Amino acid sequence: MQPDPMIFTPLLAAAGLIFAWSCYRRFSLVGVGASEDRFSSLPERLQGMFLFAFLQKRVLSRPFGINHLFIFWSFLILAVANTEFLVAGVFPAAKLSHILPAALYQPLLMAFDLVSLCALAAIVVALVRRAVAPPYEGARTGEAFAILSMIGTLMLAYFGLHAAEIAMGQEPAAQAMPISSALASLLAGQGPYTLESLAQISWWLHAGVLLFFLNYLPYSKHMHILAAIPNCFFKGLDTPNTQPREEFVEGNVYGAGSIDRFTWKDLFDSFSCTECGRCEKSCPAATTGKPLNPRLVMHDIKVNLLANGNLLQRGGEPAVPVIGEAEGCIRPDALWSCTSCGTCLAACPVFIEQMPKITKMRRHLVQMEADFPEELLNLFENMEQRSNPWGIAPGERGKWAGGREVQQFEAGKTEYLYFVGCAGSFDSRSKQVTLAMTRIMEAAGVSYGILGKEEKCCGDSLRRLGNEYLFDKMARENVAQFQEKGVTKIITQCPHCFTTLKNDYRQYGLELEVIPHAEFIESLLAQGKLKLDHHAKKGGNIVFHDSCYLGRHNGVYEAPRAVIAQATGSAPAEMERNRENSFCCGAGGGRMWMEEHLGERINLNRVSEALAGNPGTICTTCPYCMTMMEDGLKDRSSGGTTVKDIAELVAEGLQG
Amino acid sequence: MYVVACIKQVPDTTQVQIDPVTNTLVRDGIPFIVNPYDTHALEESLRMKARYGFKAAALSMGPPNTEATLRKALALGVDEVILCSDRAFGGADTLSTSNVLAAAIRKLAQEDEVGIVFCGKQTIDGDTAQVGPGIAIRLGFSQLTLVDRIEHLDFLAKKIRVRRKLEGRYEIVEAKLPAMITVVRELNRPRYPTVPMRLKAAKAEVKVWDNKELQLDPNSVGLKGSPTWVSRIFSPQRAAGEIIGDGLGDPAGTARLLLEKLVASDMLAV
Repeated sequence: MQPDPMIFTPLLAAAGLIFAWSCYRRFSLVGVGASEDRFSSLPERLQGMFLFAFLQKRVLSRPFGINHLFIFWSFLILAVANTEFLVAGVFPAAKLSHILPAALYQPLLMAFDLVSLCALAAIVVALVRRAVAPPYEGARTGEAFAILSMIGTLMLAYFGLHAAEIAMGQEPAAQAMPISSALASLLAGQGPYTLESLAQISWWLHAGVLLFFLNYLPYSKHMHILAAIPNCFFKGLDTPNTQPREEFVEGNVYGAGSIDRFTWKDLFDSFSCTECGRCEKSCPAATTGKPLNPRLVMHDIKVNLLANGNLLQRGGEPAVPVIGEAEGCIRPDALWSCTSCGTCLAACPVFIEQMPKITKMRRHLVQMEADFPEELLNLFENMEQRSNPWGIAPGERGKWAGGREVQQFEAGKTEYLYFVGCAGSFDSRSKQVTLAMTRIMEAAGVSYGILGKEEKCCGDSLRRLGNEYLFDKMARENVAQFQEKGVTKIITQCPHCFTTLKNDYRQYGLELEVIPHAEFIESLLAQGKLKLDHHAKKGGNIVFHDSCYLGRHNGVYEAPRAVIAQATGSAPAEMERNRENSFCCGAGGGRMWMEEHLGERINLNRVSEALAGNPGTICTTCPYCMTMMEDGLKDRSSGGTTVKDIAELVAEGLQG
Repeated sequence: MYVVACIKQVPDTTQVQIDPVTNTLVRDGIPFIVNPYDTHALEESLRMKARYGFKAAALSMGPPNTEATLRKALALGVDEVILCSDRAFGGADTLSTSNVLAAAIRKLAQEDEVGIVFCGKQTIDGDTAQVGPGIAIRLGFSQLTLVDRIEHLDFLAKKIRVRRKLEGRYEIVEAKLPAMITVVRELNRPRYPTVPMRLKAAKAEVKVWDNKELQLDPNSVGLKGSPTWVSRIFSPQRAAGEIIGDGLGDPAGTARLLLEKLVASDMLAV
């Protein structure tokens, strides 16, 4: 059955033009953002797009991901069927069965038939899921149901049309379409008028829903159908926590206080988000009742772009600020709730970069408005004045060693610089980790030196909090010092120092070998340089807590586990959320220095999870995690459970 | 109308040590900070600027490197900064310091009326709390010390009402303008400089006034004008402490021991 091309052709042309116009209007809005290069390393980008968009690697990492894979591939395959459908509506002679040999079009038609059933089943699963157990509170939107219903209707209309055509004997390839044929047999005995009507209605329903769907897309969250694949192509190739530098010259503005201060990719991200809620489900702020929800950050950026975009395109000023309380604005207390743990980045199936946007907005608040939580004033001044977060005199920095002589770093004489860090130097609990590290290195005969009094803070908290100006100053000082002293290899015990020296300082032209203590100890063990007596190990069963800055931000998951396994003779127990799904301790992103007034305390949430396995020891690799876990344990008054750094565990087992 | 904040550059006392031989402060390599109380004086002058449209000026006396401290004030938003710097001003005690600062305020008043002078209640290096009152006396200004709240300002009627934070009580005082006010930390929360302001401040003008400008009697400034001088600085000797209990085994018993000792040594009365 074919409708009159004289009716359908103008309809299709109009729908096509409106669709193109809508897409142009929406996508051109990202042009108000600043420029950013996302076209470098083409092979890597194409590979990422293939893996993550077409093979849906990340989509598959959560329940119902497989359902999405079915819908996605059904879409791609049925895009061919729908193209044929639309073309044939204009040129009835252009049907596949007319232009392709039977050996080709018959398998194609069979694929369309089977895939349509698959898609219908997946849509039903999605509908039921959303109705019964939605991915997050508030996911039962009319829009979501409407979209799913439209896709379902397309499939039903497809079967209606083909079943009727087969029943009327108009489909020469009927035997290639098992589902439609089965349905056609149900229509046996219906009169030609009924069948013709069914075909007509199905055809127009299919055409109508298809064209409406096409034109609805650019205005709905389902714009991800258009944007997600390119978004995987444009994904960040560097470590996402490493923010671009800012240039401090008069006349510049800093951070993102209005929508045009984001880059085009930031804005494109907002069109790629389909509000699946995976970031929200794993975010330590969102799951403990804080005002931050990474999904809504993306949503608000999109709303803001839609509100300001046309104005900006005409050369005007944005009418709605990006930070504020109104709709389309992100609340400051949401921005300050972020622990920069990066779980949103790891969870997003299409590589939306939520956290870096938060940092950009923090940069605006700190640097343009000097507007930030009260507690940070002290932190900023301590950092600027004394190069450590506590404001302790820099002269005290070397004192962790007690009376022991520790070699100062000297190029040529000492191989490694042991960068102790502020916590390891000043925090009384972390100083014990520092001492454990020196015992290990001495036992293994490692040639290392420290900077002592001359060591400065790496500036991690400042950068994550958006005080890029001070971070820049401290980074320059550190880089100059490393270069002047001829440092080439650094051992860190704090993952925040590690990520900052390794990833952030690279932006300052510093290429160093920076080794986190977990990997360093692992290599010492592998080389047989440490003699451990694991039978002497006490502390009961050990559960391991991943540091976000070692794990998610740098991919170091196995080294600390291997160290624990070797130190104790058995692999550590795992918490339910581990490795890339690990849950933050609550102290990253400068949260270490802020009060936690809102919602449940993040460290308590994590400690409860750790205590579920009734461990003797919670093992950490980060001074912040250690503080948060210990504080949490005090609150949970958990009897005998203690917190230890992996270095302490190893040092305890040292023979002799 | 001017509102003036007097600020002093002081060594970061957490980092200062005393040279045991010469009994002087070891200042080498010790960074300077703005006297913490003065940051509150500065903040209050900026709030008045914002609220009443006064011109805010920051004033300091010190060696040429004090310029860095005044640039911090510029970064926070004061309109002009003046550094009183002259070799002749060196070695000043609180009397000759207040002579210089009072003269500078008098000179500033030739441009526009000075309504309020804010000072920190004291500095963390000298701890005398004398310079603010000294300025007030020399200028004939009302003297309001230890202020933790501005209750009311009527600058047309030239009246100000403030709350003074005294030991164990508050005192609400009303005075005529012009007034010199020394402030305590509770008065406000100092702001943080924005980056554009920092960059602007780095290039802004710092007026330097020497004694040619201020025309003070050379015998009233610097060491010559100082009836007091520092003869010796030392850390008081402290008797060795004692660790009571181990703090872990028997916390209640340890606390009882501590209490007994404190009572026995008359530090606590039961």
